[in-house]
Amino acid sequence: MENFAYVNAADVEQASSLLSDDWSETKVIAGGTDLLGELKEYIETPKKVVNLKSIPGLDEIKADSSGLTIGALVTLADIAAHPTIQHHYTVLAEAAASVASPQIRNVGTLGGNLCQRPRCWYYRHPDIICLKKGGDTCYAIEGMNKYHAIFGGGPVYIVHPSDTAPALMALGATVKIVGPNGERTMPLADFFVLPDVNPQRENVLEPNEVLTEVHVPQPKAGTKSTYLKVRERGSFDFALVSVAANFEMNGGTCSKANVVLGGVAPIPWRSVEAEAALNGKHITAAVAKQAGEAAVANADPMTDNGYKVPLTRNVISRAAMSLA
Amino acid sequence: MSKEKEQTQGTPISRRNFLKGVGTGAVAASVAPTVLVGAETAAEAQMGDKITRAEIKLNINGKTYEVEVESRTTLLSVLRDGIDTGGERVDLTGAKSICDRGECGGCTVQVGGKAVYSCMTLALEAEGKEITTVEGLANGEQLHPVQEAFVQHDALMCGFCTPGFVVAAKSLLDQNPSPSHEEIKEGLAGNICRCGTYPFIFEAVKTASRKIGG
Repeated sequence: MENFAYVNAADVEQASSLLSDDWSETKVIAGGTDLLGELKEYIETPKKVVNLKSIPGLDEIKADSSGLTIGALVTLADIAAHPTIQHHYTVLAEAAASVASPQIRNVGTLGGNLCQRPRCWYYRHPDIICLKKGGDTCYAIEGMNKYHAIFGGGPVYIVHPSDTAPALMALGATVKIVGPNGERTMPLADFFVLPDVNPQRENVLEPNEVLTEVHVPQPKAGTKSTYLKVRERGSFDFALVSVAANFEMNGGTCSKANVVLGGVAPIPWRSVEAEAALNGKHITAAVAKQAGEAAVANADPMTDNGYKVPLTRNVISRAAMSLA
Repeated sequence: MSKEKEQTQGTPISRRNFLKGVGTGAVAASVAPTVLVGAETAAEAQMGDKITRAEIKLNINGKTYEVEVESRTTLLSVLRDGIDTGGERVDLTGAKSICDRGECGGCTVQVGGKAVYSCMTLALEAEGKEITTVEGLANGEQLHPVQEAFVQHDALMCGFCTPGFVVAAKSLLDQNPSPSHEEIKEGLAGNICRCGTYPFIFEAVKTASRKIGG
């Protein structure tokens, strides 16, 4: 990789001021496992890398009656092992535990997991300037698209690689962002943007903004949640399809379902169709099956990824049944 | 070292050798834009200072090494190819450079007591933390229980991945002294053995767990 100037930031405001308003000039580093991969492939060659780990207070988990507040620097290993998250925000603990390997979870942060770049092999190829990298073609359309989108694609067909993002969206999380104009807070669902809005980025973050914190409201009593992830390898892989399911339960009846899919769309993909099929229903095998079928009714597979349609259908059904 | 490797890894350069090689006048020009105003080590750099090259102190297996690194230099690169400012090679080649992308586990070491991929760790970020490599596990001639168990179970074939597996297994047992079979598989999921010795490795971890009283 090219050398760069490494700068420790004292606080979030300084980090923002150290960042350029041009994505190609500067990058932030936390765990570094996604960034260094990009630098080693010369996908990014920033002049300056701003370290966020020098900022105090961003590595804390606070759980109280208002819910859960997680600093952007909290590691995935710490989220997966946190007893309150395991018991009351199960989908998040399971999602964090499913990310990559122990070595990566020990350093990889929540902020990094939410902001990581796509795994598309055209995007990750050093010699290919695809639409995502400022070129004019998404090579997945005519090329090999086994791992690409079945929902929300166009003009770019990447899938969002994060496991924690679907989990946090299902939990109704909000994110805090700090930039040159101060602080802004938004639902995580509004943080991500489809490629028809911005083909080069996956979220609304500006180059000189930093995601600092995630807040999750306290789930209602009786809420159950789970994260199911299907990988091509038995271990250590990105999701082919994953489902984050968070159900407010009243006995065997689902009073409110949140279903968010990973690995199938350029952003974490909320399935309003699956939710509608589950809301107010007593969850039986038939209802769970209907939810899966409803979710994929509008799927738009490419040449090599049709397998994701039945996979998505069945993973949703399995997740629903596991919460019944 | 191949040209590509030199370029991607950055080469730790001993300040002494570097100064020996060039006239003082040339130093300022060739190391610019190094900025470490008044700071002896990267850890002492002020917030907001730009560091492109720094002399850092790394605590590896209980011994302090002073090495000069670029910002881009990985910990793995220092372990294998680094030269102490005293001119001594760090020469800890147990951690292997295989995928160099944080996918195979061959470079696993402990930083601050936790298993990490040293190929995906910047050397200057490891300053001030306790670094343990596979070379630091044995106590003199007395092997670590994990190492003993790997020998006992013949838990290797070509052996190239073994140092990474041993450190990953030790890290797993540090956190969970009596892991189940599934927990062992999950704990070692970040390491690949292309010879396929996994069943023997899993048995070795179970034996090591019993040896350490887990």
